[in-house]
Amino acid sequence: MEYFMLFISAIFINNIVLVQYLGTCPFMGTSKSTDVAFGMGAAVIFVMLMATAFTWPLQRYVLTPFGIGYLQTIVFILVIASLVQFVEMFLKKAVPPLHASLGLFLPLITTNCAVMGVAIMVQRNQYSFVKAMAFSLASGIGFLIALIIVSAIRERLDLSPVPVVFRGIPVALVTAGVMSLVFLAFQGMAA
Amino acid sequence: MSSIKKEFLKGLWDELPPFRVVLGLCPTLAVTSTAENGFGMGVAVLFVLTLSNAIISAMRKIIPAKVRIACFIVIAASLVVAVELLMQAYTYSLYQKLGIFVPLIVVNCIILGRAEAFASKNPVLPSIADGLGMGLGFTLSLTILGALREGLGSGTVFGVPVVWETFRPAHFLVMAPGAFVCLGVILAGMNALNRHLSRRKGEPAAEPQNAACASCASCNLCITAKREE
Repeated sequence: MEYFMLFISAIFINNIVLVQYLGTCPFMGTSKSTDVAFGMGAAVIFVMLMATAFTWPLQRYVLTPFGIGYLQTIVFILVIASLVQFVEMFLKKAVPPLHASLGLFLPLITTNCAVMGVAIMVQRNQYSFVKAMAFSLASGIGFLIALIIVSAIRERLDLSPVPVVFRGIPVALVTAGVMSLVFLAFQGMAA
Repeated sequence: MSSIKKEFLKGLWDELPPFRVVLGLCPTLAVTSTAENGFGMGVAVLFVLTLSNAIISAMRKIIPAKVRIACFIVIAASLVVAVELLMQAYTYSLYQKLGIFVPLIVVNCIILGRAEAFASKNPVLPSIADGLGMGLGFTLSLTILGALREGLGSGTVFGVPVVWETFRPAHFLVMAPGAFVCLGVILAGMNALNRHLSRRKGEPAAEPQNAACASCASCNLCITAKREE
């Protein structure tokens, strides 16, 4: 039950993009078509899980015992950046079909604040390892869902008579705002 | 001297982030529920950006091209840790309000974007001017957006009541949806202003800016890194 609520909370009530505003840059950049959105979302879920799997033990067994918690930011970003690089090299060598579909998005993820954000949030909330992994997975799914919904709307917007000044990013932001309003309605569930 | 002035001024209007060049959206949306938070975030970014530009530009000749992104990230991350510690020491309540977005300055596209597009190719003084201009532009934009959302959403600016008594604040604006809608409307307003200005000059109307990713320099560099392989 605890994990069920964690999932519902991370996917809907505290959706990582639409409620917590993490990862809005790639969200705007890759939500122009549903295919791209799906690839990006899948890559984010994958990297988020890997990032938490590596940063959690680091924080627990290296940073905290040695009293160097203030190095968290610098250690996490380095771990995530090198992780992304390794994952890309590994996929290219070992699973070429997966690399073909996710590879393009992997470098973009280094500067995706959602990945780093989840890694830090897990530490601030003091989750256990299993809970941290579940939270990362749920946050990633939340990102994927938000991305797919908004990209589907934007695909239709391309065919609609949008006022010239609103074309492109502005209307996408307003769309995201309306979706965010929808997700706000889930807040009543967090009793 | 004039070129340094030019680099400084471009961040304040021509390439004003995030209104003209859509960069660093996460903090822009997340912390502007009050003018004070927006201003605080802007100053933190201004500090990191100016110093990271200065250091990167001073070291541009000894950083190997292949690992430059990693070097930029390490430099920016060290500065962000310094900001975190400074904020904990002197403005603890602001640090708590900005929360997770202080460490996240390190993944803000503006820092990496300016490092890649400007500081790694130019001498120290113009790079500092560029960082100062961009940082000030970002601070101004965030403060304005914050003042707007706070004023209309809770009736105060910097915590001071500004509206008449019968005004009913639209609380929606200080919450998540308000951030997206507000920024969207401002960007559209900037587009309209641009078109008006270029029409007055008799130039063809500039196309409204499109993909965020295309204007996000760090995304560009990801894509160029891809092509180089």
